[in-house]
Amino acid sequence: MSSLTDSAFAAMDLIAQQDPLLWSVVARSLWVSVWATAIASVFGICFGAWLAVTRFYGRGALLTLLNTLLALPSVVVGLVVYLLLSRSGPLGYLGWLFSLKAMVLAQSVLVFPVVAALTRQCVEDADRLHGEQLQSLGAGTGLRSLLLVWDERYVFLTIVITAFGRAISEVGAVMVVGGNIEGFTRVMTTAIALETSKGDLPLALALGLVLLAVVLCLNILVAALRSWRLRVDGATSDPLQKAWV
Amino acid sequence: MNQQIINPQPIPLKKELQLQLHGVDVQFGTHLALKQIDLNVYAGERVAFVGANGSGKSTLLRVIHGVLPVSNGQVHWQPGVQQAMVFQRPHMLRTSVVNFVALALWLRDIPWRDAKEQALLALQQVDLQDLAHRNAKTLSGGQQQRLAFARALAVHPQCMLLDEPTSSLDPHAKRDVERIMEHSISVNAMTLLFSSHNLGQVKRLATRVIYLENGHILADLPTEQFFHQPLEHSHPEAHLFLRGERV
Repeated sequence: MSSLTDSAFAAMDLIAQQDPLLWSVVARSLWVSVWATAIASVFGICFGAWLAVTRFYGRGALLTLLNTLLALPSVVVGLVVYLLLSRSGPLGYLGWLFSLKAMVLAQSVLVFPVVAALTRQCVEDADRLHGEQLQSLGAGTGLRSLLLVWDERYVFLTIVITAFGRAISEVGAVMVVGGNIEGFTRVMTTAIALETSKGDLPLALALGLVLLAVVLCLNILVAALRSWRLRVDGATSDPLQKAWV
Repeated sequence: MNQQIINPQPIPLKKELQLQLHGVDVQFGTHLALKQIDLNVYAGERVAFVGANGSGKSTLLRVIHGVLPVSNGQVHWQPGVQQAMVFQRPHMLRTSVVNFVALALWLRDIPWRDAKEQALLALQQVDLQDLAHRNAKTLSGGQQQRLAFARALAVHPQCMLLDEPTSSLDPHAKRDVERIMEHSISVNAMTLLFSSHNLGQVKRLATRVIYLENGHILADLPTEQFFHQPLEHSHPEAHLFLRGERV
């Protein structure tokens, strides 16, 4: 217990002193996860919205695969991206292995199914409720999915924030493709794993506290969005939207 | 030379066929929602679809509107006839009232700036011009129904389809919406096809009543005849419906 409290005080001290090592790791983590979330969100929202409104042979199998990918182990993603980016792999010519770009790619792959699956469910529910009315106005399949995404845009902020939470908290994929190189590819989660194994608990705990603070900020952001929406929209009677945000 | 003046003889009005349904079936899984529907609608008619819940009224309107495909048969609109539909519970998009109407015009290839101008004119027709920049979601039920009607009016339809347009409104809003709809339909000489559980509204608005039961048309009569002539022998199901025994 005393070791924990001692470590906690030492961690607070590191944060208060604005330890450059600590903050460089935090900044790198944020950079990788923001980019990965942005890339996965653009592709995931487009793919999920398209999947929600189109019907084709094999769609059921694709949905099952997408939902299965929600539970994709991050080390497996790391391994696949490693094989793709390794010198003998199909993307080896890029020379991205053990770089931040590789980490962004790995996290994007990891987060894409989250964004796509949640988007698909959200847009499909919205389409079932009022897609027919958009179709009645003359909106074709593609335009209808875009309009539904626009109409449900606040829900997508929640989905994006969820994806960011998944990206910033994962360790396996970035460890495999980034290599946890100090000052270059070391991020919060890999640093916590390393410092814990080295016995440097204060630095590991300080990083853990910062990680928790980031997640807390995200939750505050979601809550702020929710109250802002209620203020802007008034009391909406749409049960779907109440359920989602 | 004196020109002979001939008194003009009244020319019989030629009924212009606007919509034709022939042998229409609609199937949901194993359930046949509409069965062998044959229907002709002429320009200027006001046709009410009545029947119990699940009789196929809304399905028929959606098929006519073209948002629901038929399983068998044909729906044929005369070329060039514009039609628009107001749904029972219109979904309000998360945008301003004027943009909500303008979107319908923009989707018909009208430039956005012109669409907004025309949208404002449509809003005037339903007395919503003062709320043009309000968020559509914040409107009351009656205002939302008027807004949906304005959006339908904006595309200048020759035929208006209304699916139980006032069923979810309080009596005051119901009268308000019905008055505005009746006025616009009269002024624009539109054909009207609507479904309703409100028989008073059917009497006020319709010139022809079609009674549906289990997806079949069991009566197709002028309003006067439907409500004021005995139907127990000619249309026993409609008779029971009017007596409140089929709701």
